[in-house]
Amino acid sequence: MLLLADVKSAPGYELIVERSHGWLKVRWRELWDYRDLLLLLVQRDFISRYKQTLLGPLWFLLQPVLTTAVFAIVFGRFAGLPTDGIPGPLFYLCGLLAWNYFSQNITTGGATFVNNAHLFNKVYFPRILVPVSIVVANLVSFALQLVPFVLFAAFYFLSGKQGAAVLSWAVLLLPLPLLQIAALSLGVSLWMAASTAKYRDLVHLTAYLTQIWMFATPIIYPLSKVSAAWRWVVWANPMSVPVEAFRLCLLGRGTLAPPEVALSLGLTAALLISGIAVFQRVERTVVDSA
Amino acid sequence: MKPIVEVQNLSKLYHLGATGLTSVRESLESVFGRKKPAPRPAGRMPIPDDRTGPEPNTFWALRDVSFSVQAGAVVGIVGRNGAGKSTLLKILSRITEPTSGRAILRGRVVSLLEVGTGFHPELSGRENIFLNGAILGMRRAEIAAKFDEIVDFSEVGAFIDTPVKRYSSGMFVRLAFAVAAHLDPEILLIDEVLAVGDAGFQKKCLGKMGEVATQQGRTVFFVSHNMGAVRALCEHAVLIEGGRLTRTGPPGEVISQYLAGSMSKVGEQDGAIAWEDLALAPQCPEVALRGLRLLDPTGRPSSTFEADKPVTIEITYEVLQRLRGARFTLLLLTQEGELAFAATDHLFQNELQPPGRYRTSCHIPGGLLNRRNYQVSVQCDIPGERYLLPAAEYLTFLVSGAGNQSSNFPEPWPGVVCPKLDWKVEAVGK
Repeated sequence: MLLLADVKSAPGYELIVERSHGWLKVRWRELWDYRDLLLLLVQRDFISRYKQTLLGPLWFLLQPVLTTAVFAIVFGRFAGLPTDGIPGPLFYLCGLLAWNYFSQNITTGGATFVNNAHLFNKVYFPRILVPVSIVVANLVSFALQLVPFVLFAAFYFLSGKQGAAVLSWAVLLLPLPLLQIAALSLGVSLWMAASTAKYRDLVHLTAYLTQIWMFATPIIYPLSKVSAAWRWVVWANPMSVPVEAFRLCLLGRGTLAPPEVALSLGLTAALLISGIAVFQRVERTVVDSA
Repeated sequence: MKPIVEVQNLSKLYHLGATGLTSVRESLESVFGRKKPAPRPAGRMPIPDDRTGPEPNTFWALRDVSFSVQAGAVVGIVGRNGAGKSTLLKILSRITEPTSGRAILRGRVVSLLEVGTGFHPELSGRENIFLNGAILGMRRAEIAAKFDEIVDFSEVGAFIDTPVKRYSSGMFVRLAFAVAAHLDPEILLIDEVLAVGDAGFQKKCLGKMGEVATQQGRTVFFVSHNMGAVRALCEHAVLIEGGRLTRTGPPGEVISQYLAGSMSKVGEQDGAIAWEDLALAPQCPEVALRGLRLLDPTGRPSSTFEADKPVTIEITYEVLQRLRGARFTLLLLTQEGELAFAATDHLFQNELQPPGRYRTSCHIPGGLLNRRNYQVSVQCDIPGERYLLPAAEYLTFLVSGAGNQSSNFPEPWPGVVCPKLDWKVEAVGK
């Protein structure tokens, strides 16, 4: 017991509490010291989420299947939107895998200060751990949502239908677009969290924003079908590339041009870095206005 | 040896009103000049001159506070509500940043501003111990090493794997305190957390805190209104008044000054305070407080009352704008800040009050109050809607007398009140 305490009280340990200046000052050392808290927050997020639902983890499996069914009927059957020659359900499921992970991250991460006002008012820890833990915790539901996709893909593969899943080594590259989505959603979460802390009515806006953003992302339509006049929307949207990359990795179909990829990665990096800066700016005194 | 905590000219400026949680619309309106930023929100106490900040709507919660503390000391922080004690703890625990000045902490800090911060109802006791410990800054391995001790201390036993939402409130508090008490920081900041839990457990907590300080050499900062606990636990005390540090020293001396300060208001006139000048009165756009009197049975203001005689508390106020559904609430507090009771005139109020002067009086019957000092706090609100005048202590009085509570023996009697109750003593055979 004393041993543990002695390890901590290293001589010369000194913490100076004063007004901080500058925009980008990440205390890496401190984040590392709090690494256990990150894992425990991930555990808390996951346990609390499935304990409060009727179907438990099953819900995560069911949700994309139901949405896919709706998309297949509304956009595939009624509206007749093409799916790049990929069977409709597979096409939608693949896009939703990427999108659900992204939207879950920004919905909860964007409300970091609003949802944790009480906690932040009573105890200090690096605030950024909360949005980061959300991004990590949602990886678990992402993994669960892979299950229905794999089942559908296996079904189409075994039934040998036209345009069915092509399993290739590209699957192993999936972590790359996933990592980009994680970084991008963290950046967006940090921006949203910082702005909703000051302007609480923006919380309502984020729901709309997420919805509109989905339609601006090639989830229900393939990138190849976007006309030249609307191409700028795809370029301006950093989510387009990782979603298309998902389809490229999992289904072997998709179109990606290097300049688009570079721009998307650049926007992601810019959002993440600026997000960290504004988040830190707000976290210093956010409790004063609560 | 260098002091473990050094506080140098620490100041904190707060912005009031419009700068808090605003909406985008309000910001845009003020940017485009359609609307001036909202005036100071209704119901805030006027800011005393010496605490007004450099800009409009700002005030100094803490001003130029400096002190240093050697390792192993237990320091009590005392002061009235709103004096700046909690702000000081929040800065030391890094919840918010100071506006200027700095604090040097030469050891790891754990702040305990509330019991059970971050507990999640769906998680089991076991899971919450780890989560709570980590939130308070402990590593997983440290918590694991202390786990059995924590469970023993909390007395939750077999319920350790049950979700804490099924715990009784007593079990919850015990577990939460147990986690905090077993952490091993060099500096422990505690704010009023002992106000929870049953008496037996409180005693155990106080004992544990004493042990932490004396045997393990931790430095403890303890904010409390409980002067008894401050006296018993602390070797040093600091008094914060109006955002400034006004006294440091042995707890006995500091507590005397604190009590003298909070009692000095009676000096306005024995048992009465009046605001002749409306500009100085506590007010909001709708209503202003004009006077407060404590009356004895003959109708004379007084600040000393007999225990078996009634006390009438009379509030005079002025309605400035037509008021609907407002009520006044009287909060009677002991000298230590413990609430004895709260009473309201809501059922006796008129639903609608046109502008003008009004008087509301509360009659406290004889044989109810204990023999001790009380503080009179008054607030005005529209229930379920908003506060007009927040609770603030304006007057104090002393209840004395040879005996009450059906006893003639003049001993100090425990309890915030001491109602005279009927007893029946009879022989019921052999």
